[in-house]
Amino acid sequence: MSNTEVTPPMDVFIKGLWRENPVFRMLLGMCPVLAVTNSVMNALAMGAATLFVLTMSSTLVALLKDFIPKQVRIATYIIIIATFVTVVDYVIQAISLDLYMALGAFIQLIVVNCMILGRAEAFASKNSVPRAILDALGMGLGFTIALLCLGAVREVLGNGSFLGFDLFGPSFEPWSVMILPPGGFFVLGFWLLLFAYVKERSDARKKGQEEMSHGG
Amino acid sequence: MADDSLWLIFLNACIINNFVLTTFLGICPFLGVSGKYETATRMSLAVMFVMLVSSICAYFINQVLVTFNVEYLRLICYIAVIASTVQLVEMFMKKFSPALFRALGIFLPLITTNCAILGLALFQTFREYSFFQSVVFALGAGAGFGLALVIMAGLREQLELHDVPSVARGAALTLMLAGILSLAFMGFAGIGG
Repeated sequence: MSNTEVTPPMDVFIKGLWRENPVFRMLLGMCPVLAVTNSVMNALAMGAATLFVLTMSSTLVALLKDFIPKQVRIATYIIIIATFVTVVDYVIQAISLDLYMALGAFIQLIVVNCMILGRAEAFASKNSVPRAILDALGMGLGFTIALLCLGAVREVLGNGSFLGFDLFGPSFEPWSVMILPPGGFFVLGFWLLLFAYVKERSDARKKGQEEMSHGG
Repeated sequence: MADDSLWLIFLNACIINNFVLTTFLGICPFLGVSGKYETATRMSLAVMFVMLVSSICAYFINQVLVTFNVEYLRLICYIAVIASTVQLVEMFMKKFSPALFRALGIFLPLITTNCAILGLALFQTFREYSFFQSVVFALGAGAGFGLALVIMAGLREQLELHDVPSVARGAALTLMLAGILSLAFMGFAGIGG
């Protein structure tokens, strides 16, 4: 705990974007990641909704951390999260019914996104309010970026468009399996492969340099 | 949707729209617990039981909520019911099968955040299933979850013995496998109209 207190605030924010990215690194909250990323718009809406719920619930958990009894903390966190999800659910329904239909039950299923409960338990319940907000914003943005990575690839390949704009003209034959369920698994698998490959390359290079310097 | 035959509901939840592979519910345990065949079987049994109990509870709670016109409390009530059912299963297992309790470890409390269970409760409400339809839907969804988990665990146990490139080890390979399985399950689309 003393360890987390000394990390600079900027670091708390940045780590969610890449180093501890909830999707690509920690494999948390996979269900919405796979289910609603068949277009960029859906991915963006889902990311924004999750970001809101995550930030609000982290703030509230950090505020209330001294009043929540240890034994019932998980139940309390879930009730807090469920409250904000209900808010988001009704707001999206009011703003755009089309979007609401497209996202379906997955808005309400934000409640069981393990990432949100995980951040409440692992970070917000042990840190001050501003730090919890920073952490939630970083994690939420990291989650949104991951959703966009998947949504962009799937929409471009599976539909030949980006945010609804046609990219390739009428001669393009859409690779429609990409917007169907198997595409979600494949695209996420390829992203993970790519990151593992880049990481292995950079590790190998670092090791090579060390050996070079030792040899010299 | 509400006048579907029971058999069709079961088949639909179990195979045609398999909860894990085509609806993307319960991906976390699917990726996390599918390493070993033994654990996968036990996990799916626990999930099936929780699904059945929470589906029945959710049905009656929804009736009460609709009577009092407070549907906006639905989500909070459902999640509270699921959390307590999981707690019940946990206590039950601890008493009658400590070995199983230890084997499942952290994944038992995590059933609470398994979206397949909340998803089930929400879907049966949206589709306005009757009591028996809800029960059959829960059984089908549980069977489908178990099926996907067990197939995956079997595949992964086989792959343990094979030479896989080190970049592809772990989650990436599992996701690719899941994609292929999902393609296979798409072949069932259209059965039963």
